[in-house]
Amino acid sequence: MAKIKGAVVVDREKCKGCEVCVVTCPTQTLALATEVNSKGYHFSYAANPETCIGCSNCAVVCPDGVITVYKVKIG
Amino acid sequence: MAEVTFNDIIKPENLAYRKSALMTDNVMHYCPGCGHGTAHQVLAEVLEEENLQERTVGITPVGCSVLMYNYIDVDFQEAAHGRAPALATAVKRLMPDKFVFTYQGDGDLAAIGTAETIHTCNRGENILIIFINNGIYGMTGGQMAPTTLPGMKSSTSPYGRDVSMMGSPIKMADIVALLPGTCYVTRQSVNTAGGVRKFKKALKKAVQYQNEKRGTCFIEVVSNCPSGWKMTPVESNKWMEENMFPFYPLGDIKVPAE
Repeated sequence: MAKIKGAVVVDREKCKGCEVCVVTCPTQTLALATEVNSKGYHFSYAANPETCIGCSNCAVVCPDGVITVYKVKIG
Repeated sequence: MAEVTFNDIIKPENLAYRKSALMTDNVMHYCPGCGHGTAHQVLAEVLEEENLQERTVGITPVGCSVLMYNYIDVDFQEAAHGRAPALATAVKRLMPDKFVFTYQGDGDLAAIGTAETIHTCNRGENILIIFINNGIYGMTGGQMAPTTLPGMKSSTSPYGRDVSMMGSPIKMADIVALLPGTCYVTRQSVNTAGGVRKFKKALKKAVQYQNEKRGTCFIEVVSNCPSGWKMTPVESNKWMEENMFPFYPLGDIKVPAE
């Protein structure tokens, strides 16, 4: 069966750490980092990149448009 | 089969979602988690997909979204407080081939601009009004707005809105839906991915109706104000779902006959 694998790229410097993407993600791929960016926000990052299914929900709800999503069909 | 690595996926041909090309690279001044940012992204996506960049004129309000022209790369005109629908009327009448929209908050549209809003909708001007309703005056420090819920605390109603003294919240979308000039009136939200996708569909319908000269389209977006409500963005979205949505139910209020 074809499997979809996704990848998210977060612009760390522009992320404001609002956590909306984290609660939206259906596979718990994203999390807020313990370190901060230059503005002092705990930016979002792909904590479990292998679980991403490329659904784009995180990017769609991101108020600052810092998330880019890629996906590829395997098999 | 070989394992697919992260770098194998991140290629232009595998792109599933990127921010709209009409969004500029300026960092938005909105607070973290503000619904304005999401609404801007969706609007820019629709303008890009409908190929409207060259023939759009947006009218910006007074309020948090006053600097909207810095973020979406289309023509904009700034209006005096509450007067965006009046200005949009002028723009549309002088340049009927333009796609004209206003983007207003609840302080702008439901308080100082009530007359302009109602009369523009009553005349059925061929424009789109996007109304961001977060139940508070966000920019000036969280004062009570006409749309503040009964009992809701704000900086000018610290014990909660007292309906016997301050009146009840005003449902602008329901009011303008009664007017014969409006063609499409709907209430949407942008706090979940599903809500964002529905808002996008509503915007596309509004573009179609304006192209067909059907009348005023009015899209209310029930939104959050984490700073004004003094909550984290996630808490504010939850509070909005529990308290705002029962009072401002989502969905189409008026749809034109096909």
